[in-house]
Amino acid sequence: MIEVRELSKQYGDVTAVDNLTFTAETGQIMGFLGPNGAGKTTTMRMLTCYLPPSSGTASVDGYDIAEASLEVRRRIGYLPEQPPLYLDMTVESYLRFVAKIKGVPSPELSSCLEDTMQKTGVAHVARTVIGHLSKGYRQRVGLAQALVHNPSVLILDEPTVGLDPKQIIEIRETIKSLRGEHTIVLSTHILPEVSMTCDKVVIINNGRIVGEGSPESLTAQLQEGEVLRAQVAGPKDTVQGLLAGVPGVLEVQHEEAGGAGVGAGEAFLITTAPGQDVRNPLAKAVVDGGFGLRELRSMDMSLEDVFLRLTNEEQVEA
Amino acid sequence: MRNLLAIYSKELRSYFVSPVAYVIAGVFLFLTGYLFRNILMQFNYWCLQFSQRQQFAQGGMPNLNLNEMVVTQFFAVMDFIWLMVVPMITMRLFSEEKKSGTIELLMTSPVSPTQVLLGKFFAALSLYTAIVALTLVYCLILEAYGDPDWGPIWSAYLGYLLLGGTFIGVGVLASSLTENQIVAVLLAFGALLLLWLIDWSASFAGPTAAKILSYMSIIQHLQDFQRGVIDTGDVVFYLSFTFFTLFLTTRVLESRRWRR
Repeated sequence: MIEVRELSKQYGDVTAVDNLTFTAETGQIMGFLGPNGAGKTTTMRMLTCYLPPSSGTASVDGYDIAEASLEVRRRIGYLPEQPPLYLDMTVESYLRFVAKIKGVPSPELSSCLEDTMQKTGVAHVARTVIGHLSKGYRQRVGLAQALVHNPSVLILDEPTVGLDPKQIIEIRETIKSLRGEHTIVLSTHILPEVSMTCDKVVIINNGRIVGEGSPESLTAQLQEGEVLRAQVAGPKDTVQGLLAGVPGVLEVQHEEAGGAGVGAGEAFLITTAPGQDVRNPLAKAVVDGGFGLRELRSMDMSLEDVFLRLTNEEQVEA
Repeated sequence: MRNLLAIYSKELRSYFVSPVAYVIAGVFLFLTGYLFRNILMQFNYWCLQFSQRQQFAQGGMPNLNLNEMVVTQFFAVMDFIWLMVVPMITMRLFSEEKKSGTIELLMTSPVSPTQVLLGKFFAALSLYTAIVALTLVYCLILEAYGDPDWGPIWSAYLGYLLLGGTFIGVGVLASSLTENQIVAVLLAFGALLLLWLIDWSASFAGPTAAKILSYMSIIQHLQDFQRGVIDTGDVVFYLSFTFFTLFLTTRVLESRRWRR
């Protein structure tokens, strides 16, 4: 479990992390989402005791990062954005070294290495020199390094960056398989990653939290009213007027690029008031007006939209 | 202790799986071997000259001392080679970790900076000692054909061990300051050369300053050892110098945690 309270970090005049407060529950995968330079890495470095916070505190399993740094470091596995690998070592000797400095007792060392290499799928390259491995395998060795002492908390900084799509899926599967045993904090700027793997999302931008919750609740929370997309065969202006006249409709926009294909008609984006289903009255109005209704569907706001909206709002304010 | 050993063996291993240890040992032994040969040939020449002259002159044969004319000569040039080689042994110790990001692994592991530092220090010192020990071969050659006095030789080797600690301390400190290995080499080399030549300026300084400056000279203290004198003052000088550089290095390593 990780508790972060009012954590801030300044580099000179630049505020990299500004007053962060959040909690990651035991067994949860928490996604830490933000554009590049939002302060994700800095936050993670503070959680792993690599950098001291300028103000505020955080605790890992009840141990304060400033006062009980050694206890915290025993309990975390950390994969920095660039995996900290010694390229001249073999996978096994590297993991053995990491296990030793992480304080794994000697009798458990061998079984610990076996387990970790199985879990991360590097067992068959155990005797290969790390420098000869591909990027995907190096990332796995990096993950193995974070896992080797079976830490209660795992902190992964952009674990899928720079991998090809197949490798990304494999790493994600590995991370998902670790759910429940470890508390996992995972930073990323890739949105689908969050909706696919995480139980909870914290979105940060310019060092501040701009959204927090489960991927679904975050999407719902930002849907102020529903957006419908209608495709109607008929003269553009008349139809637009007709649609805008339906009770509960707030705004009707004509979609220029929409309406491809013969007889598909014009496309409109209709914003409705929250909590009102206006699909029936809309359909009735179109049919009564004598136009052809080709399509009427609700547009779900994807996490991507939420993210863009949140991070853009922030920029407008600033 | 276990952490220290883990880091020590990792560092030592990495010297020997890369060409670094072999190239350093090879180049060093080639140079010292070349110099040793020339010093020995010079000695041979003097011996020949004097033995011929003795037939004409009635005076006794001058005292041609093997220790003074070969061993001490040889040790005096070995100092200077080490001055250039030690920065190359130490340059990667921290700067490489910084560059490749592995310092983040070490600093987020439950190990103290002191353990990391001592592991690395002793690994470098072990490599240094192993190469120094190989130069004993030259002394064995002297033993085979002559009769050197082994007392001053052993004390000189003790001096080299202490000197090596100091050189490596300076090198490690330089390496902890930068992520660029070339910068680390130059910083260490510059610092060592300055400490070597610092007593030069003693001749132009006031009496107190002159004393301090000549005391600071990193090489002055070795001369007693080479003559067979083990002076506690010299031992204390090297040990305290080494501790001081290591202390500064731990401060550098921990400084990241002060920067709020």
